[in-house]
Amino acid sequence: MLNILIPDFRVIAPELLLTATAMIIILWEMINRTRSHAVSANLALVGSVAALAATVASWNLNVSTFGDSLVLDPYASFFKVIFLAGLILSVSLSMKYIQESGVRYHAEYYALMVLATVGMMIMAMGRELITIFIGLELLSMPLYILAGFFRKEIRSNEAGFKYFVLGSFATGIMLFGMSYIYGVSGSTHLQVIARTLYRHPSAYADKALLLGLLLVIVGFGFKISVVPFHQWTPDVYEGAPTPVTAFMSAGPKAAGLAALIRILVEGLPRMAQEWELIVAILSVLTMTVGNLTALRQTNIKRMLAYSSIAHVGYILIAVVASVGGRADLGFSAVMFYLLSYTFMNIGAFGIIVFMKREGIANENLDDFTGLSWRSPGAAIAMLVFLFSLAGIPPTAGFAAKLSVFFAAIQGEYYWLAIIGILNSAVAAYYYLRIVVLMYMKEPEKELGKATSSPLLWTGISLALVGTLYFGILPGGFLEKARIAVSILLKV
Amino acid sequence: MTEAVVLVPLFPALGVLLNLIFSRRMSEAAVGIMACAAVGASFLSAVVAVFGLSNMEAGHRAVETILYQWIGSGKFSVDVGFLLDPLSSVMILVVTGVAFLIHVYSIGYMHGDPGVRRFFLYMNLFVFAMLLLVLGNSYLILFVGWEGVGLCSYLLIGFWYVKDSAANAGQKAFVVNRIGDFGFLLGMLLIVFNFGTLSFTKVFAEAPHVFNSGDFMITLITLLMFLGATGKSAQLPLYIWLPDAMEGPTPVSALIHAATMVTAGVYMICRSHVLYDLAPASLVVVATVGCLTAFLAGTIALVQNDIKRVLAYSTVSQLGYMMLAAGVGAYTAAIFHLMTHAFFKALLFLGAGSVIHALHEEQDIRNMGGLRKIMPVTYTTFLVASLAIAGIPPLAGFMSKDEILYSTFNAGMGGWNFILWFLGIFTAFMTAFYMFRLVFKTFHGECRLDPERKKHAHESPPVVTIPLSALAFLSAVGGFLGIPIFLKYNVMHNWIGPVFAKVAHHGEEAAHAAHSLFAELSLMGISVVVATAGILLALVIILFRPGIAEGIRQNYSSLYNLFLNKWWVDEMYNAVVIRPLWALSGFFWTEFDGKGIDGTLHGIANGAQGSGGWLSRFQTGFIQNYALTMAIGVAVIMILALF
Repeated sequence: MLNILIPDFRVIAPELLLTATAMIIILWEMINRTRSHAVSANLALVGSVAALAATVASWNLNVSTFGDSLVLDPYASFFKVIFLAGLILSVSLSMKYIQESGVRYHAEYYALMVLATVGMMIMAMGRELITIFIGLELLSMPLYILAGFFRKEIRSNEAGFKYFVLGSFATGIMLFGMSYIYGVSGSTHLQVIARTLYRHPSAYADKALLLGLLLVIVGFGFKISVVPFHQWTPDVYEGAPTPVTAFMSAGPKAAGLAALIRILVEGLPRMAQEWELIVAILSVLTMTVGNLTALRQTNIKRMLAYSSIAHVGYILIAVVASVGGRADLGFSAVMFYLLSYTFMNIGAFGIIVFMKREGIANENLDDFTGLSWRSPGAAIAMLVFLFSLAGIPPTAGFAAKLSVFFAAIQGEYYWLAIIGILNSAVAAYYYLRIVVLMYMKEPEKELGKATSSPLLWTGISLALVGTLYFGILPGGFLEKARIAVSILLKV
Repeated sequence: MTEAVVLVPLFPALGVLLNLIFSRRMSEAAVGIMACAAVGASFLSAVVAVFGLSNMEAGHRAVETILYQWIGSGKFSVDVGFLLDPLSSVMILVVTGVAFLIHVYSIGYMHGDPGVRRFFLYMNLFVFAMLLLVLGNSYLILFVGWEGVGLCSYLLIGFWYVKDSAANAGQKAFVVNRIGDFGFLLGMLLIVFNFGTLSFTKVFAEAPHVFNSGDFMITLITLLMFLGATGKSAQLPLYIWLPDAMEGPTPVSALIHAATMVTAGVYMICRSHVLYDLAPASLVVVATVGCLTAFLAGTIALVQNDIKRVLAYSTVSQLGYMMLAAGVGAYTAAIFHLMTHAFFKALLFLGAGSVIHALHEEQDIRNMGGLRKIMPVTYTTFLVASLAIAGIPPLAGFMSKDEILYSTFNAGMGGWNFILWFLGIFTAFMTAFYMFRLVFKTFHGECRLDPERKKHAHESPPVVTIPLSALAFLSAVGGFLGIPIFLKYNVMHNWIGPVFAKVAHHGEEAAHAAHSLFAELSLMGISVVVATAGILLALVIILFRPGIAEGIRQNYSSLYNLFLNKWWVDEMYNAVVIRPLWALSGFFWTEFDGKGIDGTLHGIANGAQGSGGWLSRFQTGFIQNYALTMAIGVAVIMILALF
């Protein structure tokens, strides 16, 4: 227990960097009063790239600190890369958007985004329920504010408020569940919980433990929008500023799954039979409702909200698949899927940001009509992102879906794989509808003039490169994820 | 020299890349020439590679080139690599060769179209995807190409997106193909599960040890993959996209119908013959579906009046023959017919394109006639192709079709094969009839063109007629690669035979064992008589006694309408599949999410509204409803888990 006194700062180097970045952004703004967006955004970018470098540099570490409540292992590092990629991409999309919205309190915007990322990283590293919870709160609070960031827009207000109320509700449910787990095992530390249960196997029969676990799953289920806890998603996605929606759609979901998987693997390893069927049912519900509802949406942000619900459904297939013998395949598929999804989904949102002209959002599907005439480059990029979301090779989405379905087959969950494949066949329709609009119809109405933004295009290009890279050469990262999971499973 | 196989797909890929980067700054002609050069270079590389292959010892002709490891996760790994063997060698020669001629033709045909750069981009991409499909060394690479051709067909069929019918046809092709892909993907996943790999060599080497003949699992796998083939190769019940696919520019139709895309399913089944040989029940399904498709499409072709539509249904019909051949185990015959069909079908479409172009987009044969004097080269080449497809010796189509029918006759399916043979021979009769109905109506008789069009009608330029002549030559002599009777000199059998020989079984073996000269000659005689009868009937009905046709139409109007309306299959799909799915989606949206969850809770919500009246300012979904849904969800989960 000596290491309580001397924390190992290597473990939290990227988090420290990011926290410092957030402070500097706010201080700079206070001191200079320049009202310059470029400074805040660039500071956020520099900080997150530095944090990414620090994360990659300590990839092979497997150490813990702060009384073993935070652990840095390759599993956590993999997720941190996802969060930081999400942060870098979202910040790239933000500058033009926030600038044109005319809000004057932009420094807070970037600082909150950076702080939310710190929260995610703590969630991925937490080996103790309270720590994970603190990470979750550090993530959620900035998100509530960011969702309602445009104070004068009623939709944005509505989004922030709804998200806050329902999020608090979910948080309550989760805490309630955690208290049950603590009550049965006498600890909040995952490994101590596991050890206690190992010594007293009779505790597994205690329904209170199962109750606790299920409530925790529900709590996380809300955060990652699992049906029937999904209803906030379309409203919030539609109302929040587009770059915030992009940000929310990737990182926070990955963080929720990162913490959930660690709890399931390190804390309650022998409960799989208990939650397997329930998560499987949630998975089927989630992808089916998500996809079928997305078919009829006319607002692209709402459509992508339902699509993101459906993607969580696919990811849950892989979580269930991990029960069937090859846990490494299942969980690594989850990680690779989240990585791919981060790039393709934020990329698609980047194009939506691009569509905003002269203060008009142009978020309806019709606004994409004939985009290939007006902006061939944007249309090509959108095409790749949509193909990837639909799961068409050679894009990241295809490799990710393949790894999920492969894990399901290996785990002998054939029925889940079949439902998943049927679902992705349905999903292809609504993604391709936009392709048809972009390429096969003449533009109908004039949109405003596009203002060019080098940073926005850098972000979209990065997302594009990632989407294609993970599709053409998925091997490297899949293997990294598998090794990370193997190390986690051995603990 | 076999290393040149790597260059075969590389050149079209390079063409795509260069087109993407430079085409804006290049003239229209230069873009076309570059695209042709890419495919031409690919063809030459294929020739070099195949020549290298032919220098190897027969029976050991198979070269696997691994490029890199694509996915390596634990025990499971997929390499990106190519497999060059006699089967894929025939495919790459046909694909690149025919595609090259079509590309050259396109320079003339697409001249002046504003989208010509995009056109050649898609065309090169199409060829690239198809080459990936036939050269891949595993099911996964094949699948990548498989999806790739699906995508390109969608882009090219909808090339003239301004036309609603074209955009819809593109979408239809894509969606229908996705249904097939779904089956194929499931089959692939089952292969992974049972073999732990997708590599052709490994799967085929292990298959006989893993399964006994007729096992349920192998039957399931092969049937699922066949579902994929029915999508790509336009078989019952998924053939509906192909006739609509002629909405694309004519060279695209030629490319889809002849060299790429539709042959994918036939190729895939022949490639997987080891698996199909282990599943006799699946083979019976393949043969039956193929034969019924041939028959059904033949009947529809009898009465169509759009020149391209007749050809489209004839493609479906001929693909049915190929499936029939594969189903009776005569894989060599299937590939042989695939090749000869590529020659004459490409020629027919390009010829039709030449006619359509000369007549300024007129496609209705009722408005043509007498074109043989105006367009002598087009007429001659079209006639050669028609004779070939009708099965008149010694043209290409005769040789390959005859072999299929012969193999069907001798397939040991306990009587069922005779029924298939009879349907096949009847379809041959219909083929001869509808092809010559087309020829006579288009090129013979009096000219029914309106005077304005007639004035401008002209023979096409050399860039069009030279590819036509080249294809006519191939259609005429291509059949000699597989002369029946004299098996010893049958190049086709000696070349591809070994690929299929290892696990030879009933069909092919029987065909060889019971090789009675008398039987073969008499069957051949029947084919020739039937084909000739079809042509003569067309001659009488169309040219000499047009009144007969009218009489038939009136006396058998129900049958005529059935054929004309394509057996109402499209309407059936609309009623059975499309509308219910649309309704279900609406149900989930408005009923499940909107009313089912929101709605049933509205009553409760209304109560809550009183205390929080200001919440009503929110335009959509009430927060209380959401929270209540969550609470109910939690309760249901608890009940499920705890009780």
